[in-house]
Amino acid sequence: MEQKTQAEKINRQKMPEQNVSSRIRNFDEVPLGYDPQTAQREASRCIMCKNPKCVEGCPVEIDIPAFVKLIKEGKFLEAIYKIKEKNALPAVCGRVCPQEDQCEKMCLLGLKGEPVGIGNLERFAADYEYTQPLAEVKKPTSPTGHKAAVVGSGPSGLTVAADLALLGHEVTIFEALHEPGGVLIYGIPEFRLPKAIVKREIDYLKSLGVKVFNNMIIGKIFTVDELFDRGFEAVYLGVGAGLPVFMGIPGENLNGILSANEFLSRVNLMKGYEFPDTDTPVYVGNHVAVIGGGNVAMDCARTSLRLGAKRVTVLYRRSRREMPARLDEVIRAEEEGIIFHYLTNPIRYLSNEQNWVKAIECIRMELAEPDESGRRNVIPIAGSEQTIEFDTVLVAVGAGANPVLSSTTPDLKLNSRGYYIADPVTGLTSKPRVFAGGDIVTGSATVISAMGAGRRSAQAIHKMLMGIQDTPTTD
Amino acid sequence: MNSKKEHPCQQVSISEDSYTIIEKEQLAKRTICKMIIEAPLIARKARAGQFIILRVNETGERVPMTITEKDPAKGTITIYFQVVGKTTALMRNMKVGERFKDVVGPLGQPDEIEKIGKVVMVGGGTGTAVLYHITQAYRALDNYLVGIIGARDKDLIILQKEMGALCDELIVTTDDGSSGQKGLVTEALNNYLKTSHDVRLVWAIGPLAMMKAVSAITRPFQIKTMVSLNPIMVDGTGMCGCCRVTVGGKIRFACVDGPSFNGHLVDYDELLKRKGMYLNQERESLLFSVR
Ligand SMILES: Cc1cc2nc3c(=O)[nH]c(=O)nc-3n(C[C@H](O)[C@H](O)[C@H](O)COP(=O)(O)OP(=O)(O)OC[C@H]3O[C@@H](n4cnc5c(N)ncnc54)[C@H](O)[C@@H]3O)c2cc1C
Ligand SMILES: Cc1cc2nc3c(=O)[nH]c(=O)nc-3n(C[C@H](O)[C@H](O)[C@H](O)COP(=O)(O)OP(=O)(O)OC[C@H]3O[C@@H](n4cnc5c(N)ncnc54)[C@H](O)[C@@H]3O)c2cc1C
Ligand code: SF4
Ligand code: SF4
Ligand code: FES
Repeated sequence: MEQKTQAEKINRQKMPEQNVSSRIRNFDEVPLGYDPQTAQREASRCIMCKNPKCVEGCPVEIDIPAFVKLIKEGKFLEAIYKIKEKNALPAVCGRVCPQEDQCEKMCLLGLKGEPVGIGNLERFAADYEYTQPLAEVKKPTSPTGHKAAVVGSGPSGLTVAADLALLGHEVTIFEALHEPGGVLIYGIPEFRLPKAIVKREIDYLKSLGVKVFNNMIIGKIFTVDELFDRGFEAVYLGVGAGLPVFMGIPGENLNGILSANEFLSRVNLMKGYEFPDTDTPVYVGNHVAVIGGGNVAMDCARTSLRLGAKRVTVLYRRSRREMPARLDEVIRAEEEGIIFHYLTNPIRYLSNEQNWVKAIECIRMELAEPDESGRRNVIPIAGSEQTIEFDTVLVAVGAGANPVLSSTTPDLKLNSRGYYIADPVTGLTSKPRVFAGGDIVTGSATVISAMGAGRRSAQAIHKMLMGIQDTPTTD
Repeated sequence: MNSKKEHPCQQVSISEDSYTIIEKEQLAKRTICKMIIEAPLIARKARAGQFIILRVNETGERVPMTITEKDPAKGTITIYFQVVGKTTALMRNMKVGERFKDVVGPLGQPDEIEKIGKVVMVGGGTGTAVLYHITQAYRALDNYLVGIIGARDKDLIILQKEMGALCDELIVTTDDGSSGQKGLVTEALNNYLKTSHDVRLVWAIGPLAMMKAVSAITRPFQIKTMVSLNPIMVDGTGMCGCCRVTVGGKIRFACVDGPSFNGHLVDYDELLKRKGMYLNQERESLLFSVR
């Protein structure tokens, strides 16, 4: 009790950030990270619950009080090893996990005041490790001689690959794009997740002996069956959602209207923000509209601003409270001067003579009663149409299931929306020896949930490869 | 496993292909370049109508190119490209033995080739190269093939000999009459259709304006017409939607649903405008590279 009262006196340590006026002109990371002292001070706030609720909130069940304690004691490297027992990508998760809905939401301190900055501490420990000389890589246990193929190198595929490699299996990743990392590379912008971090994680995987082949689209260069013909004994499909959704309203094919995926790929994957030092052009006009209210929409809006747009407006059909984006990111976007039009939906695009979008006709929406899922639907208010001028529109209204692989794998069962059907525990699909997880099973979700699925599948694949029978008591 | 096993000779080991340039040849007054590239895995899979996306170097753009020939035994594919901007200019300067940074493929839907009788293959400019792989596939099924290929003048005509060998009839047109008939391929096609009534299918590959014109010509004759579209692309896997085209009133992604479509259903005007979207930046990119 004594300890508790003492701990509560310290306020949650603020994350230092790049100031607004400079950050909207560069692509450098916005939150700068804790220094060791701040990290220790923040760690000391944790009351080390005997029955830590925070762990229940973490999809990969990191032993949070244990690692936080190690940070408090200044044992930073031991802290990161503790985290890595459960999470292969801590530098990523510490940055992009929606902590406020996961570990920190459950933190006991959050009931009365502010929760422990678990994500910030995780990031601190991961970043600290990188300032140290490269530690001896934990070598895989003796090789088993079994071969597994992983399709897709997003967080889900990377996790499966790391886990299987550590268990001694020979793992090969096939990635469609010219760089591995999935959404971590092509989607989430540099100012939220520096690409160097993702590259370090991939290098780590390679040091474990994982082979990574870029430019190989499974379904095109090999079918899944051909992977088996070539001696792979298990295949994990972590191909992500990877299909842009358009709204299907008039004028959506006008010039200047891009999917979020296209815009972010041009900027992140192709480094369009360094054009013309790089060759891929990316266009932002003066007045940019971003349609949607998720993380993807925030990323599009803030990226447009950094590319020089004069006015960036987010059009979202529900209200601020319903926005799926992380609150931190919404606040940062607001600070940066992004304008938000809530309860507003585009119904039609208008063009100039050159076929460029010049304005959006929008309609006001009103919130209806919540449905069974608790989500409030919206209905348009008749007669509330209004036209706003824009010369660039970024459509960030969601993603669908990409059919490139499934269309060449007839025995893979899909749900009505094209997502793969997989066992929630093992990830096993309808096709023997084929597992799947991440966004292609759940629909667009989070980095950590894609990793959690990968972790569970790795266990199942390991058992299958080693011929280990499940005992009824295992959960 | 009920999959058809690959033939042992096709069991190329999985490794990053080296994408080395094996052969290079400049054609059509150096405006078009032919390259044979080492890509054994792609060579063994590529079918008529499919394409690759390549990158020249670490800062390079992803550029789509049709696979015009493949040699699975040698492990090579052939591309023909027209020098139009920065990337293709860089490619022209690459030498035999140099490597591309990335090549991914085969992309797009292979064309469904069947034995149907008389087929007219219309190629304009570099489009003739794109048409070549498809023509080979129709030849293999023993169709009656009429080739109509054209360019501004005789020095710009490509693949005349090769197309001549595949086709039962070959008509060459040049704008200035320096070789073959004087005029456009579309005029030659129109004349041909007026006299020959047993044409079952027309393929047209070339500049958009030409494919649009061909589709307009064949429509009154009610002859099925296929065209191969080349909108701007980024990933080539259906992930970005940049390549969307309107076909029959529906949005289709050319990289995964195409690139070949029924020419009578394509909204050419929209596509033409969409292709100009990055014109200013493309100019800047080129200027920047020659500075
Ligand atoms: C802009 C943006 C911002 C986001 N922000 C956050 C955030 O802040 N926090 C958070 O938790 N989540 C965020 N998400 C969601 C999160 O990124 C995804 O849920 C997560 O990346 C899904 O992981 P995955 O491994 O299933 O797939 P992906 O990351 O999509 O990776 C799939 C990979 O598979 C490859 N692939 C696809 N098909 C094939 C094939 N046939 N052959 C070979 N390779 C193939 C793809 O090229 C890709 O590299 C964001 C998403 C986006 C787009
Ligand atoms: C499926 C497909 C197959 C193709 N096959 C061939 C081929 O066999 N031979 C050939 O010479 N060309 C082919 N093209 C066109 C070729 O990709 C472009 O000419 C090339 O990208 C131009 O690059 P650049 O940097 O030299 O020129 P840029 O300066 O970038 O552009 C010049 C012109 O190329 C178009 N273009 C630019 N970027 C792209 C892109 N990423 N995708 C498509 N078009 C673009 C522009 O609209 C512009 O008109 C094909 C295109 C597609 C989509
Ligand atoms: S992985 Fe995510 S949810 Fe788990 S402790 Fe770290 S930040 Fe929290
Ligand atoms: S719930 Fe909060 S206070 Fe308790 S152990 Fe977890 S982080 Fe510490
Ligand atoms: S090129 Fe991206 S969807 Fe076709």
